[in-house]
Amino acid sequence: MVTNVISPSNADKLVPSNSAPLARWMNALPSIMLLTAAVLLVVSMALPYWGLVLEAPQYPGGLRLRVFVNVMTGDEDPQLDEVREIDELNHYIGMQSLYDAAKFERSIAIPAVILMIVMLVVAVFWRGRRSWLLTLPALLFPFIYLGDLAFWMANYGLNLDPYAPLSSAIRPFIPPILGEGVIGQFKTIAYVDTGWYIVVAGSLLIVIALAYKWFSSRQQSQG
Amino acid sequence: MMFSRRLSSKIFLVAVVLVVVSALTLVLAPKAITSAQSGDTSDWQTIAEQRGLTEADLRAAVMTYTPSGMMDEYVMFASSGQAGQVLAIGLPSMRLLRLISVFTPESWQGYGYGADNNSVLKQGYIDGQPILWGDTHHPALSETAGDYDGQWLFIGDKSSGRVAVIDLRDFETKQIVHNPAFLNDHGGTFVTPNTEYIVEGGQYGLPMGGEYAPISDYQTSYSGMITFWKFNRDTGRIDMDQSFAMQLPPYWQDLCDSGKSVSEGWIFCNSFNAEMATGGIEEGNPPFEAGVSKGAVDYLHIINIKAAEAVFKAGGAVDVNGFMVIPLATSIQNNLLYLAPEPRSPHGADVAPHGDFIMVGGKLDPHVSVYSFQKIQDAIAAGTSETDTFGVPVLALESVLETQVELGLGPLHTVFDDQGYAYTSLFLDSAVARWSIGAEGYRPQDGWKLINKTPVQYNVGHLAAAEGDTASPDGRFLVALNKWSVDRFLSTGPLLPQNLQLIDISRPGDQTQILYDMPITGAEPHYAQIIKADKLHAWDVYPEVGWNPTTQSVDPNAVTQGTEGVTRDGNNVIVRMTVVRSHMTPEHVEIQKGDHVTWTITSVERARDATHGFALPFYNINLSIEPGESINFEFDATRSGVFSFYCTEFCSALHLEMMGYLMIKPD
Repeated sequence: MVTNVISPSNADKLVPSNSAPLARWMNALPSIMLLTAAVLLVVSMALPYWGLVLEAPQYPGGLRLRVFVNVMTGDEDPQLDEVREIDELNHYIGMQSLYDAAKFERSIAIPAVILMIVMLVVAVFWRGRRSWLLTLPALLFPFIYLGDLAFWMANYGLNLDPYAPLSSAIRPFIPPILGEGVIGQFKTIAYVDTGWYIVVAGSLLIVIALAYKWFSSRQQSQG
Repeated sequence: MMFSRRLSSKIFLVAVVLVVVSALTLVLAPKAITSAQSGDTSDWQTIAEQRGLTEADLRAAVMTYTPSGMMDEYVMFASSGQAGQVLAIGLPSMRLLRLISVFTPESWQGYGYGADNNSVLKQGYIDGQPILWGDTHHPALSETAGDYDGQWLFIGDKSSGRVAVIDLRDFETKQIVHNPAFLNDHGGTFVTPNTEYIVEGGQYGLPMGGEYAPISDYQTSYSGMITFWKFNRDTGRIDMDQSFAMQLPPYWQDLCDSGKSVSEGWIFCNSFNAEMATGGIEEGNPPFEAGVSKGAVDYLHIINIKAAEAVFKAGGAVDVNGFMVIPLATSIQNNLLYLAPEPRSPHGADVAPHGDFIMVGGKLDPHVSVYSFQKIQDAIAAGTSETDTFGVPVLALESVLETQVELGLGPLHTVFDDQGYAYTSLFLDSAVARWSIGAEGYRPQDGWKLINKTPVQYNVGHLAAAEGDTASPDGRFLVALNKWSVDRFLSTGPLLPQNLQLIDISRPGDQTQILYDMPITGAEPHYAQIIKADKLHAWDVYPEVGWNPTTQSVDPNAVTQGTEGVTRDGNNVIVRMTVVRSHMTPEHVEIQKGDHVTWTITSVERARDATHGFALPFYNINLSIEPGESINFEFDATRSGVFSFYCTEFCSALHLEMMGYLMIKPD
């Protein structure tokens, strides 16, 4: 008995030839979901995953940092490089340059996401018993991303240069990766952005696809 | 009976009066007491009452009050007379937005205190003679098709006959030019409708080329002059080689304007010394004020600039002290110049929005004289046999005059609005006359007539209306540039400010209203232009780090972070420094007395308003280093010692710590 039936060709075999088109679609659904998850991963690469707004009286509209899967930018202001500006401000508390954060992760990010996409596609068409394992990196990716971000935030917040101009005023701290914080006159608002929500949607699709597949295979073996 | 009746009616009357008075007291007194006692200042009506403001005052307040963060609708560029600068003022708030240093050193902008921009000031030196002030008169915004385009601003210096170019991307002076054939100006600056030329009319007659000639030879050896500076938009500079001048009779040409639309290609200037008076009060001659005003008429100068350009390009100009000048005889020969009589000693020759009329203020005549461009063309075509003493053709007044409108005493300068009205300043009346232009395209329904006079405080010189000297005036606001303020402001001693008065001209007829008085200290705005704010596109910060505003490009000497330091080659020391909140790198600069120091400072800031200063005591250096700017300066280390340099612009919480030491070792 075939247990890893998730490709359209296998779905055909599972369904009697006289079955309704609806049932045929139902059986193709897991494959469609996994492929959609792959497409969402592709789309997410063009969108910011995480953002940080720094609000202070002398920066009307705030300073905006947007972090993509592999790069950091500011908002659309053509004249102000906001990452640089945040760096200039961070030197007062002795925080390292943002450009040096997660260098390795950012350098491998694009190949890694492409690899996840390839693995998802392979999982659709490969009938191997453990092919579901290939979906795990994509499934876990948004949470790994946030975990890594939290690691770097803590790393930066806790390793302040003790000789910085304001080191006597600002103690090492762990900046929150979500929600509000305060550093000096700055209020910080951290949030997950569109790109991250899109990959989370992809993860949900993968979970549903795997569950659907698991239930339908159980049903079949019982039947 | 009669008596008692009369008595009783008297008693009755007294009783009534008592009742009324006590009732009024009961009704009014508590109100007066409570409002005076509580002084409820949360209520704007109470405040208005307490300050004695009328309904008209409140209307003016509502029209001008600009709360924090709200932007002005217009920017007025006003000259500042002998302060040698230009002021940028927001309308309708009348807030001073920016002072632009032009001919005079100014330490806030670090203008003339060591930096590259010294080279701009040096362009204005005459024969090596430093001239460190100017008498700015008439600012001119660059135009496209007769409308302001918001890109450049030009300004003349009456005292030394110079013209400056200001770039409106950073509001800084980029160039100063001087026509070496002449030494003063007044009829400038005015631009041709597409800014091909910047017109600078001379004023007092002089021997050309800086030569000497006795005053007794005035008619034979003295001249007037008008200079046409060719502007190159690509380089953003005046092209000296393409510029030329025309010799004029020594009639003291005054104010000029460029023709537009139908009159494009022509320049009009009034003059006020057709008498060619030479003064000499000390020798018993009539003083200038009498001699110059003696005659009944002066001359409106009508110049064909397109024909003049052709004559210049064909080699018809001669070299006068290094500048190409078309001699008067050549101009007469080639029909470049015509004269038309104008009532005595006028001021202003202002071209109407459609280019069809030229308004000449009478100054000593109560009329404004309106010349028709069409009639001028017809008169030129018909020809004239009359000439002045130099042989310049004179067109008969009746052949070119459209009409004269009696306005009042001392009409000077005329601007226009979008309703077909003209506004002429009346110096002696201290008023602004609104009058209707009775021609097609303006207000033919009203005819040529005076509408009303708005008293202004006091001695109004020029006027500026919103885009009021362009092909399409905006109307709405008019500013009277008053020479005297007398009692308008709290006394600050015997030297009083000028008074710029904002006037509402948005409503037709006699409804004009003064809205706001703005005192101007730091000398006299002779003229102003008001441009719609959305036409200006100034940079927030310099486009790239390492920007040299003098060249408007990245400076090859600009310093990048990590490459700072002090290097030496013999006695020449090069200091390369970066500045960013809140430190200068390097902070220690150690040199030797006798060294020649070349110092470059680059701001690597990108945040708006994060400007740094750089003050070096004893060596007379102060710079303004705006975000992205790179500045070079040089000096000789003539005195040993330790000099604390520091940031003069309060840049951050650790601004006071932004300093360093220049240590100069003795020999």
